[in-house]
Amino acid sequence: MAIDIDIERRLGDRTIAVRFIAGPGLTALFGPSGVGKTSILAMVAGLLKPDRGHIRIGNRTLFDGAVDLPPEARRIGYIFQDGRLFPHRRVRANLLYGHDLADPADRWMTLDEAVAFLGIGHLLDRWPHTLSGGEAQRVAIGRALLRGPDCLLMDEPLSSLDAARRGDIMTVIERIRDELKLPILYVSHDRAEVDRLATEVVTLDG
Amino acid sequence: MLSPEEWGIVALSLKVGGVAVLVTLPIAFALAWMLARHRFPGRVLLDALVHLPLVLPPVVTGWLLLIAFGPFGPVGRWLESWFGVSLMFRWTGAALAAAIMALPLMVRAMRLSIEGIDRRFEGAARTLGASPWHSFWTISLPLALPGVLAALVLGFARSIGEFGATITFVSNIPGETRTLPLAIYSALQVPGGEAMVTRLALLSVALSLGALVLSEWLVRRTHGGRAPHGD
Repeated sequence: MAIDIDIERRLGDRTIAVRFIAGPGLTALFGPSGVGKTSILAMVAGLLKPDRGHIRIGNRTLFDGAVDLPPEARRIGYIFQDGRLFPHRRVRANLLYGHDLADPADRWMTLDEAVAFLGIGHLLDRWPHTLSGGEAQRVAIGRALLRGPDCLLMDEPLSSLDAARRGDIMTVIERIRDELKLPILYVSHDRAEVDRLATEVVTLDG
Repeated sequence: MLSPEEWGIVALSLKVGGVAVLVTLPIAFALAWMLARHRFPGRVLLDALVHLPLVLPPVVTGWLLLIAFGPFGPVGRWLESWFGVSLMFRWTGAALAAAIMALPLMVRAMRLSIEGIDRRFEGAARTLGASPWHSFWTISLPLALPGVLAALVLGFARSIGEFGATITFVSNIPGETRTLPLAIYSALQVPGGEAMVTRLALLSVALSLGALVLSEWLVRRTHGGRAPHGD
C-alpha cells in the first residue's frame, strides 16, 4: 500500500512543501530539527490542514481539494515523540482506547496479540506515570496498532530513550516493518537510526 | 450543642448553597470552556460580565436581582405568568443570589483547569478514532475534573457565606431565607444573642476552612499523581 503525499503549508514565515510516494516498508523523513518534519506527520494525521495538495493511502483519499477527512476517520496510527499516553487511564485502558472505537472490520490485532508482540503483559494494570520511557513507548506503539491502522506515523520515537532502550524499540519497529508489513512514515534527525531502519529515505532540507 | 433553630439555619444554608452550586455548575463550566478555548466577538465583555459580581457591591447585585425578578421585573413577571413561580422572599431566591455571587469564582477555577489541559492528548485521542465530542467526554473532562470539583467546593463555600445580595433580594425571613450569615447578623441585633453568634460563627469558620482545604487538595491532585510521563 503506497502513501502518496504532495502537500504545502505556510507556517509563520516558512513554507513546508513536500512531495513523495512512500512504498511498503519504512520511509524515513530525514533532516535537521526545525524543517517541519513533525508538521508533515500532523498533516498526514489530519491534525494540521495543508494549504493545498493531496494525501492518499492506497486508493483512499484522506485529503485533496474536495476531501478532508477528520483525524478519527483516517485509520492512521500516530506514535508521538513523548508517547503521549493518557495520564488518567491505566495501560490497559490506553491500549483499548482506539481499539474500542474502531470498526470491528478494521481491527487486525487483538489485545492479547499486541501484548504478546510487545511483551507488555506485566504493565497492563500500571498507570502511565509509573512506566519507564521504553515501556511507555511500547504501550504507545501497542495503542496505535490496536486502533487497526493502515499505516503508522512515528515522530522521533527514540529521542527520549537511553541507548539500551533505543536498541529494544528499534527491534520492535523492525518487526512491525517486516512481520506485520505495515507501512511506516518515520521522522528522524539521527543518521544511525535512519540507516538501520529505513527502506527508503526522503531527505528534507530547510 | 446547637439548638433545633440553629440546626434549621444550618440545614437551610446547606440547601441554599447546594442547590446554588449544582445549578451553576454546568453554566459555569460552559462559560469557562468558552472563555478558555474560543475567540468570539464580545468575549471580553462576557468575561467582564461574569466577573462583575466579584467587584460590584453585593447590595447592588441584590438590587439588580430585585429589579429583574421582582413581581414587575421582566424575568419575575415571566416566571409568574408561565410557571406561577416567584423567587421573592423564597429560599430559591436566596439560592439564585448565592449562585450569581459564586459564579465568578467557579468560572475562574474551572477556566484555569481547562487551560491546564495538555491539548496534545486531545489530538492523540482524535488519531485513535475519537470524535471531538468523544474526546471531550473521555479526555478533556476527566483531565479537568479536579479543577471542576475544586470550583464546586469553592462555590459552595462562597454560597453559604452570601449575605449582601441575599438580604437585599429576598430579605431575612426565618426558616425561608435566613441562612448562616443572616442569622449571625440577626443574633447580633438581639440582646443576649452573643452565645448564638459565637456558635454560628465558629461553624462558619469550620465550614469555610474545610472547603478551602478540600479544594486546595483537589487542585494539587491535578499536578500530583496524575502528571503525564516525564514529569
